[in-house]
Amino acid sequence: MSYIGKPKVAHPGLPRNELNLTVRDYEGGMSTLCAGCGHDSITGAITQAIFELSIPPHRLAKLSGIGCSSKTPAYFASASHGFNTVHGRMPSVVSGANAANKDLHYIGVSGDGDSLSIGLGQFMHAVRRNLNMLYIIENNGVYGLTKGQFSASADIGSTAKKGEANQQPPIDPVLTLLSMGATFIARSFSGDREQLVTLIKAGLKHRGLAMIDVISPCVTFNNHEGSTKSYEFTREHAHAANYPDFVPPAKEIRAEYAAGQAMPVQMHDGSRIVLRKADGAYDPTDSVAAYQYIHKHRAAGEIVTGLIYIDETKPDMHELANTPPEALATLPFARLCPGKKTLASIQSRYR
Amino acid sequence: MSSSATGPKDNDFTVRIANVNGTGSASANAMLMKALFRMGIPVCGKNYFPSNIQGLPTWYEIRASGHGHLARSGRVDVMVAMNAETYARDHACLAADGYLIYDSTWPRSQLFNRTDIHVLGVPLSRICNENFAQARSRILMKNIMYVGVLAALLDMDMQIIKDLLNEQFKAKASLLDANQKAIDLGYAYAKENFSCPLPFRAVPIDKTRDHIMIDGNTTSALGCMYAGATVGAWYPITPSTSIMDNFKKFCEKYRKDPETGKSNFCIIQAEDELAAMGMVLGAGWNGARSFTPTSGPGISLMSEFLGYGYFTEIPAVLFDVQRCGPSTGMPTRTQQADLMSCAYASHGDTRHVLLFPANPEEAFYHAVQAFDLAERLQTPVIVLIDLDIGMNDWMCRDLQWDDAYQPDRGKVLTAEQIAALPKFNRYMDADGDGIAARTLPGTHPKGAYFTRGSGHNMYGAYTEDAGEYKAVVDRLLVKFETAKKLVPQAEIHASEKTRLGFITIGSSDNAVKEARAVLAEAGVSINYLRVKGFPFGKEVQDYIDSHERIYVVEQNRDAQLRSMLLLETRVDPNKLVPVLHYDGLPILAATVIDGINQDLARGKAA
Repeated sequence: MSYIGKPKVAHPGLPRNELNLTVRDYEGGMSTLCAGCGHDSITGAITQAIFELSIPPHRLAKLSGIGCSSKTPAYFASASHGFNTVHGRMPSVVSGANAANKDLHYIGVSGDGDSLSIGLGQFMHAVRRNLNMLYIIENNGVYGLTKGQFSASADIGSTAKKGEANQQPPIDPVLTLLSMGATFIARSFSGDREQLVTLIKAGLKHRGLAMIDVISPCVTFNNHEGSTKSYEFTREHAHAANYPDFVPPAKEIRAEYAAGQAMPVQMHDGSRIVLRKADGAYDPTDSVAAYQYIHKHRAAGEIVTGLIYIDETKPDMHELANTPPEALATLPFARLCPGKKTLASIQSRYR
Repeated sequence: MSSSATGPKDNDFTVRIANVNGTGSASANAMLMKALFRMGIPVCGKNYFPSNIQGLPTWYEIRASGHGHLARSGRVDVMVAMNAETYARDHACLAADGYLIYDSTWPRSQLFNRTDIHVLGVPLSRICNENFAQARSRILMKNIMYVGVLAALLDMDMQIIKDLLNEQFKAKASLLDANQKAIDLGYAYAKENFSCPLPFRAVPIDKTRDHIMIDGNTTSALGCMYAGATVGAWYPITPSTSIMDNFKKFCEKYRKDPETGKSNFCIIQAEDELAAMGMVLGAGWNGARSFTPTSGPGISLMSEFLGYGYFTEIPAVLFDVQRCGPSTGMPTRTQQADLMSCAYASHGDTRHVLLFPANPEEAFYHAVQAFDLAERLQTPVIVLIDLDIGMNDWMCRDLQWDDAYQPDRGKVLTAEQIAALPKFNRYMDADGDGIAARTLPGTHPKGAYFTRGSGHNMYGAYTEDAGEYKAVVDRLLVKFETAKKLVPQAEIHASEKTRLGFITIGSSDNAVKEARAVLAEAGVSINYLRVKGFPFGKEVQDYIDSHERIYVVEQNRDAQLRSMLLLETRVDPNKLVPVLHYDGLPILAATVIDGINQDLARGKAA
C-alpha cells in the first residue's frame, strides 16, 4: 500500500461529466491493498465508469462481503453509502436494500472466496431473483488475507506460492450462471481497463443482476509461475469473444464497425452496448452457444472474456413482486397503515 | 377455583379430542371452541399436533372456564377418542368420573377396563357409512359428527353452531348441507341414547363481549402491517410460518394500491435464515421497516448478523416463535427456551433488546412497538413469543388502534439537516443517550458513511485504535441504559401484605395468575411481576429488592429468565427459586402450585 494520499484538488483541465463532476469526485479512500494488486485496477475502472455514466454519487450504494476484494468499496465513491457486510452475505444485504429502495444504483464487490465458497448459496439466489445490481467478482483464485490458501476458483494443477498443486476442479462463475439463467454474464481482466470500464457501464445499465467475473491477479500470493491467475498467464491466455462499446441513450452508434462485425444490444433504458465481435460467429444472446464456446476455448487453455451472455427481457425482483414505482422506504405511512376502522372489520372474523 | 382441584362443574370443564392428523378435525374442534365462546363462556384451545402432515396422532383440548382461567387445565373431563392408535393412552388420562366417547362401530371393549369412568359409545362410522356416499366425506363427517354429540351432552346452543357452519361454508352449499346433517345425526344419537346434558354443561353467560379468539402469529402479522413494515424476509420454519403467511394475506387485501394494483410491500422468501437476516438489515439500513419471523434454529443461524446489526446499529425486527429445543427438538411443541440465546446472540460483547408478549393481544402491540424501538435505538429488536401463543387461539380483548399513531423513525437526518452540517459523523453521540443520528443512502452526498462490522470510530472510519474502539463499545452500553427506559414496563400486582413474589414471562402468565388465585384462596398470598422487555427496567430491581423470596416461573429446563435476572440485576441467588415447566406442552397452574407448595414445605421443615 501507499502512504501518500493524493491531494483532493482537481486539475482545471480535467474532463467533467453531465453533473459537472470530475473523476476525482468519484474517488474514495486510499487503498490499503498490496502495491500492484489487480483489485486496485478494478477500483479505477469502477471509478471511471460511474464518472462516465454521470451517476450522482449519493444515488449509488456500494456493498461487499469480507476479504481483500471486499475492502475495495472503501476506495471509490466517498460520497456514496458503503456497506461492508459479513463474509459471503453481501447478496442478501443488497436484496433487502434493493427491496427497500429500488431507485439507487447498487454495486456489489465480492471475491472468489466470498462468492464461490462461503457465499455461493447467497450468490446463486441473488442471481435467481434477478436482483437489479452490478455484481463484480474480483477473482484471484487465492485467499489473500489469510495468506495464500487455494480458493474454489483455483484451476486443477495451479500451484500455490510454496509449490503445492490444487487438485479440485474450479467453480467457474460464468459457466455456473449460464446454467442458472442469469441475465448478464461477463468476464474481464483487471489489466484490460478499456474492456472492463465498458462492461461495468453496461452492467450498471442492465435491468437485473449483471455479473462480471474479473480475473484479478494477487501480486503477493498468486502471481508466480504455475499460477493460472497471474498477470502473465492471463495476458497470454485471455481470448476476447467481443469488444464491447457502450452507447448512452439517444446517441448514434459510431459507424466504424464493419457490417456483420458489430452487434448492438438494446438495454432497458434505451442505451445500447455495441459489441465488436472478435469472432464473427459469437452471439451473446444464445446461452447454449455461449456454453459451448467457453468450453471449446477452455480445452485450448484460453479464458474467454467480453460480454458472454445478455438477456434484457427478463423481469427483475421488483417486477416479479409487483412493487410500486416509488421506493418502498419512501411511501408515506398513510399508504401503509389501514387504520382503526379496518382493524375493527378484520376482527369481526375472529368472533 | 380451578377445575383441577374440584372436578368439573357448569362452565368449568375440559374436553380433549384425540384424532389423526390430516382428517379434517381442525374445523370441527374450532367450531366447538367458537360455539362456547359465542355462548359468552371464556375458553381456551390447545392444539397438540405432530411434526407431520398426515397420519400421526393429534389432540385438541378445549377448556371452558367461567372464571376466566385460560391456562391449560391439566385434566380431561370429556375425552373424544377418535384415534385407535392412542385409545389406551386416551382412556388412561381421563379424570375419574370423566366421560369417554368413542366410535362403537367396532368393539374395543378390551381397552376400556376402567370402572371409574363413563363410557359413551357412538357408532360414528356406521352412521356415516349409512348416510354419506363418498369415502373421503365419510372420514370428514365422522369428525364433524362428534360436534353434534358434544353439543347434546354439554347443552350447547345449536343455533350458534348452525350460524358457525353457515359462516364457514357460505360459498359451498353442498358442504354446508352435509356438515349440518352430520351434526344433526350426532346430536340426535346422543339425545336418544344418553342422558343429556351431563352433570356439567355449558351455560350461556356474558364474559366474552369485546373479545376475539385469535392466535399470536396472526396478531403479530397484523402488528407488522399496522406498524408500516414494507419488507418482510423469511425462511419457512415451524412454528413461525403463519406470521408471514398472514402478513402476506393481510397485505394482499389492505396494502394493494386501489388504483394501480401495485403491492406496497415486498416479501422475499430467502434461501435460509442467514439470508433473511441479511435482507432485513439491508432494508433497515435503507430506511424501510423490515422484519423476519423465525424460531430457535433460525436465531442460531442469524446470530452472526445479529451481532453485526448490534455493532453497526441498524434497525431490525425479529419474531422468535419459540419451540422445543435443543437442536431440531420438537418443532410442534412449545417452550420458552431461547431467552438466553436471543439476549446475547452473537460473538463478542452483544446484548439485544427483547420484548415478551404474554398473549396474542399483547403480541399485536409489541409488534408495533418493536419497530419503534428498533428505529429509535437503531438496533435489532426480537419479539419472543412461543408456539402456544403463536399457533393456539386465545381469547383476547379487542385489538385497538389509534389513528393518531405515527411511527417513531428515530434519529434520521433529512437532506436539509445534512446539508447544514459541517461534517456528518455517523457514530457521534450528540444527545448523551448513546444514540447517534444516521443518514439514509440516497439522501445527500454529504451524508455518506461506511457501514462496517470491523472496528470503527465515532466518525465511522475504520480503526484498530484501542481508545477509539472502546469509545464506541462504551457508548453502546449507554444506549442499552436508554433502552431500559424505553422497553415496556413490567406488569406488577403487588401488595404490602406479603414478601413472597412471582416473576414470570410470556405465555406462563395465565398459569401463574391462576395459581396465584388458587393459592390466595388457600391463604398463601404471593405478589406478581411479569417482565415485558429486556433490558430489565428499574421496576424489576425495585420489585426484587422489596421481596424476600421470589418464584421465577418459566418454561425451560435451565431457568434462563432466572439466570438473566442474576446477570442483569443485583440479587442474592438464594432469593430466586426456579419453578420450571419444559415438557413441550403449555404450562399448567398445577405445576406452579406444586412448585410453591414444595418450597413452602421445605421452608417449614428447615
